[in-house]
Order: sequence, then C-alpha cells, then structure tokens
Amino acid sequence: MAPTDSNKSDSNKSQTKKPAVQTTGHAWDGDIQEFNNPLPNWWVWAFYLTIVFAIVYWIFFPAWPIGRDYTKGVMNDIEYTTADGKQVKTHWNTRALFEKNMREAEIEQQKYLDQLASASIEEIANDEVKSNFAYSMAKVLYADNCAACHQPGGAGVVGAYPNLADDAWLWGGSFEKIKTSIAAGRNGIMPAFSAKLTATQIDDVAEYVLSLSKHKTDVGKTARGKEIFNGTSGGCYFCHTKAGSGMESMGAANLTDSVWTLADVPAGDNLQAKKEAVKAIIQKGVNRKMPAWDERLTETQIKILAFYVHQLGGGK
Amino acid sequence: MSETPTSQPEQQRIAIYPRSVKGFYRKIKTAIVILAYSVYFLLPWLRWERENGPSQAVIFDITARRFDIFNFTLFAQDIFWLALFFAFAALLLFFVTGIAGRVFCGYFCFQTLWTDVFMHIEHWVQGERPARIKLAKSKWNAQKIFKIGLTHFLWLVVAFSTGLAFTLYWGNAPDLIVEIFTFQAPLAAGITILFLTLTTYVMAGIAREQVCTYMCPYARFQSAMFDSDTIVVAYDSIRGEGNRGRHKPSKELIKHDKRQQAGYGDCVDCGYCVQVCPTGIDIRNGLQYQCITCALCIDACNTIMKSVGYPEGLIRYSSENEMQGGNKRILKPKTIIYGLSLIVVAVIFFWGLGARSVVDVSVRQVRQPLFVVLSNGDIQNRYAIKVNNKTDRQMWLTVSLRGLDGAILDLGRFDKIHISPASSATFYANVKIPQKKIRKENSRFEFVLKDLNEKSKTWTHEDNFFTPKKLVNQTVLKK
Repeated sequence: MAPTDSNKSDSNKSQTKKPAVQTTGHAWDGDIQEFNNPLPNWWVWAFYLTIVFAIVYWIFFPAWPIGRDYTKGVMNDIEYTTADGKQVKTHWNTRALFEKNMREAEIEQQKYLDQLASASIEEIANDEVKSNFAYSMAKVLYADNCAACHQPGGAGVVGAYPNLADDAWLWGGSFEKIKTSIAAGRNGIMPAFSAKLTATQIDDVAEYVLSLSKHKTDVGKTARGKEIFNGTSGGCYFCHTKAGSGMESMGAANLTDSVWTLADVPAGDNLQAKKEAVKAIIQKGVNRKMPAWDERLTETQIKILAFYVHQLGGGK
Repeated sequence: MSETPTSQPEQQRIAIYPRSVKGFYRKIKTAIVILAYSVYFLLPWLRWERENGPSQAVIFDITARRFDIFNFTLFAQDIFWLALFFAFAALLLFFVTGIAGRVFCGYFCFQTLWTDVFMHIEHWVQGERPARIKLAKSKWNAQKIFKIGLTHFLWLVVAFSTGLAFTLYWGNAPDLIVEIFTFQAPLAAGITILFLTLTTYVMAGIAREQVCTYMCPYARFQSAMFDSDTIVVAYDSIRGEGNRGRHKPSKELIKHDKRQQAGYGDCVDCGYCVQVCPTGIDIRNGLQYQCITCALCIDACNTIMKSVGYPEGLIRYSSENEMQGGNKRILKPKTIIYGLSLIVVAVIFFWGLGARSVVDVSVRQVRQPLFVVLSNGDIQNRYAIKVNNKTDRQMWLTVSLRGLDGAILDLGRFDKIHISPASSATFYANVKIPQKKIRKENSRFEFVLKDLNEKSKTWTHEDNFFTPKKLVNQTVLKK
C-alpha cells in the first residue's frame, strides 16, 4: 500500500538522522532500543506535591496505627464543654468535631430557649419573633412526642384521640389548661351503661343526645331519653350537665356542638346510623388515657407545646 | 512500528522587557489604572448610611446572607441577578469587540492593569529596557540581588494589598483589617488573602503575557467577533513599506520627499514599536492573536514619526477594510444584533433590578388537616402566610379576604402582621365559613395583604377553601 511505503521511507530517513525520540540509552541485540516517554512535568510535580501533602497530613492529623494505638497528630486539639459541664479536650477527629458543632448549636439555641423560659405563654404568643421560634421548635417536639396519637397537624383520630385543631376542648382550651393536660396527663372515663340500662333505654338516651345537637329526632323517644339523661337511672347529667354542654373538670364532652371525638356521628348517612354510633359509646363507656409528659419534657418544652397546640385550631 | 514518534521541542519563554513610552494612549491607560486602583482599594472604606444594615457602601456579607451595594440590598434568593449581570457583561464585551476589537483586554482587564503596575515597579527599580536586559544577563552580585529582590518585594506588597483589599469587601473593613493584622480574622479571610497574593504575584509578575496567550480563553475566541471592519491596532504597510521596504533614516533618506522619491516606505525600522509591546510581538506582521490592542505601539511610532518629521499614524487604530482603501463601517449586521441583544438584556437587568420586589409574600394552605369542623358547625381552613421583608424598614401588613362569601379571618393574636427589617416571619391565619354559607366543596378566594406604610402596595394570593363533601350536601339539601 502506498501510504505505508511512504511512511516507511519517512521512518528510514529519520533513522539515519538523530532519533527524534528520547531513549533510555540501552541497546539490545544491536538495534533494539527502549523509548523514554517521560511524564509531563506538571504531572510529576503534582505527584510530588501529593507526597508533600501526605507528610504534612501525617504530622497534623491522626494517621499511623501503632499497635493498639495510633499517632494523634499535633496542634489539632478540639475543645468543648458538654451539656453537663464536662471539659472535653481531644485530638482532631470527626466524632469530636460533630459533638462540638452540635454543642455550639445547642448553646446558640439556648439563647432563644432562655427567652422562652422567662416568658409566659401569653408573652410568647403576642411576640412575633418568640412565637415564630416557639412554633418551629414546638413543631418538632409535637412530631416527636404527640403526632403518633394526635396526628401531624393535630387532626386526631375520631373514636380514639381528640382533635386538637378544632375549637372544642374536653379539658379546657386556655394556655394553662392545655399546659396542665400535657404536663400531668388526663384520664377520660365514662362508665359503660350496657348493664345498667336496657337496650330501649339506651336507644332513647341516644335519641335525646342527638336532639341536643339539633338533629331531627322522634319526640316521644327524645322525651324518655331526656328523663333518663337527667334522672337517677342514667345520671348522665352528673358529668355532661343538664344542658348537655359538658364539664371541663371531668373532661366530659359538650354534646350540643358539632364536634364528635368518639362517636363518629357526622359519618352516619341517616339518623339510625348516627344513633348506632352514639349507642356504642353509651354501652361500652370510655376509658382514655393521655400520659403525663412532665418527666419526659422540660418545663419550657411543655410551655411551647401548649402554645403550639393552642394555636393549632384557635384555643380559648 | 513504522512510524517514529516525533517529540515537539518545548519553547522556552523569551523574557520581555518592554520599553516605556509617552503618548496619548499611555495617558489614557495611566488614567484608567489610577481610577481602577482608587475604586478598588478605597471602595471598602466608603461609609454609607443605612437605617438597618451595615454602614459600608459596598459589602458582601456572606454570614448575614446579604450583599449591600450602595442603596441596593441583595439577598441569597436574588442570586439570579448575577447570572443576568453576567449575560449583560458578556454581551457588552461582544458588542464592543465587534466594533473596536479587544478594548477590554488592552485597557480594562485586571491582568493588563496589574501587569502594567508591576512593569512600572520593575522600571522604577531596575531602570529602562537596556538596563533591565543588562541586569538579567549580569552575574549575581550584591547590586543584582538588591534590585531583583526589591522588585519582587514590591510586587509582593502590591499583590498582598490586592488580596487584602479584596477581602475587605466581605466584611466591615475597619473591623476586619484589625482582625486580619491581629490574626483574629476567620480562616477564610487568611486563605483568600494568601491565594490572591500568590495569584497576583504569579500572574502579573511572572506569567504576564502568557496569561493572555495561553490561559485566557478570550484571546482564542475573540476572532469569532472580529470581521474586516473591526477596528484594530494596525500597521499601514502600504505607507510603511513603500516599493522597496523599510530603511533606516540614513542621511540621504531622512527627508520625507527624498525618501519617497527613493521608493522607501515611511517605516524607519527603529523597532520602538516592538520594544514597547507588552506581549513581545511585531505589529508590522499584521493582526496577531497575542495583540491585546494596548495601543502602546501607536504611541511609540507617533513619537518617532514626530521626531523625524513624518506624518503620524503609521501605526493607528484602523480596520482591515480601511487599510486596503475601503471605508470605515461601524453599523453592520453584527453590531446591530449584538447591540439589540445588549439593549434587551440591559433593560431586563436594570429595569428588573429597579422594580424587583423587596417583599416576598407567600400563602400556602396547611393541609394537615385540610379542614376542621368547629363546635358551632363552621368550617375552618388554616393558612400559613410567610412574609420576607427585604427592606430596611419595619413593615406592617393588614390581611383581608376577597371572594369568599361570609368568611371570617382570624389571625389569632395579631390584628396585623409585623415584620422586622431584613427578616422573614410566618403567620397563621384561620379562615372560617359559617355552616349556612357553605356552597361547594372547593372555593377559590384571595388573600389581600396591604402595606400600612405605603397604602398603594398590595399583594394578592389566590388559594382554595375546602369543605367536607358531606356538609355541602347537607346544607344544599336543606335549602
């Protein structure tokens, strides 16, 4: 092939002259030479630089294992004070660095927490800077501690956990009452009436209960139910009051409003279904328990949680 | 192997010792250097009155996440203005290059300005070009060590000042400079100063024209903006070479008319234009990519032409067409297209920057729970109103609703929204609709926020109000 020939003649020509490429200087069998293609200088120097860097690194950072120990490096102390006041001084390591950074963040956060600790809930709620901080802080606390039952956002679960996002408060919706509920917990108890009242009586009471919240009910049944509700046979009025508006000190629900936390009345398509929901509660009673949080959470944490829960649906 | 690899011999850099020159363009360049240095070194010290914010005219405070440039305050979210500014700067560069070549390179580039200053130092310490060449070739002795050492020392002083001045833009200058010299400054400040000192020293002191010829991409792609009408520094070869080429101004050839009769060109081949060139080229060889159009050769040639009594302008700003006898043409399609795009981007940039909103308002519905039935049967939806106040003043906003029949707005503890200067806050609004007014599952309505300081300023935000389907059916059935 022509191009190869021309190449050959070119290379022959160059062999007679000084070779254009560097060789190592060795020659085997007379004419076999080893080409020397040195690495580019910038590469070589960058390589040397990495060696220098490594040596500097060994001096200043933990590097070499020695038996069960290792070299710690010099001039790289990390110092910080733990939350319980312990002075920690150690050689550089990422774990200590993490601890230190976390501690610094805590100290920074403490400034705001101190402000909240000395302020009343009222003051927190009225100040937009404090309330903004309290809100974001409490949101995390709520998600960690409360959301498992009361749901993120506070919607609760009908039949189990009260809705915190509405304006009906079983145990009171003021800052102080909410705070007490969180700190000390609550025991919500309503006795079961399945043994005390007959099936007809329970049906009548349920009819009356629905009439309290302006449902169109049977007049006769309602009248009989009212008698049981407000009389000694049922005794419902003892907690729910004669008007049926509930009693905060007992955690007794207001039966006259539109909010239902246990009997899912709004879900019922007709009066019968709504009544069944109410009857189930009257028959079985209620035994709900909200744990006390004062041992798990600090005073300030409970305070800002009370603020958070209060503003979820508009407290009282 | 039939092919023999051929190695390319490395070209050692030939040191350049530019001769100093006086003239019109030199004066312009000196004025630009003085102006640029004054602005660069003094700007961090300029104080500026701000109600709430740093008292420095230009400060890029990264920790506070705000850039203050005179009366403009830019926050992290305004960073896209930087992209627009770059687009504007790039188009300006293209536009100018299309008309007048590498004006930026020759007069305004940091590399040119700093190299110029470094060359002045070199000239001041070591003397004119021949003295410098002699010094470089001479054996090392006390005098050489002193002169070379002093040059490098002064270079380092300028380089350090450059790094220091740059660093002062990123903090409160009077405080930061004390912190730097007492080693209290943040590590980043130290690293920045060190880095800029080294790069300035290397680029302006040692690498010099190699930055322009090998490192800078602009030298390589600027040819795309050039055409034969672009104004460049050009040697008038027709006049300079004549019929018989250049000739030294010997006794019989010094008179202009005699020289022309003899057929020699006006170029007296003194080489001054080559000696003053900071990139070491000979402009008489025509336009070259190394030429940064610093125009010093024009000054050099004019000096010589004046001294021998020939007309000036043997080397001058001219276009290729003009040199070949054509006309100057500035308005060409390229100029118009670059110009129009420049105007468009400039309008977007400056108008946008001037009219940019200094207050961000966002409203989003709290969707967990989507709605709540209240004890009196009303439906409540909850909304988070986030306001970002980028101004320097206290802001008071009123909130109202539009387009939601019978709705009641409840801002909780606040009757209006207050946001401190340069900060943001979130407020929660509960919106209630009485049971009787419930018409449909999903109603569109608007939040209207009004600035109490400036009554004309309002923000509207459209959102949804959700109602449980069951309640809609009930109320509609009742009617």
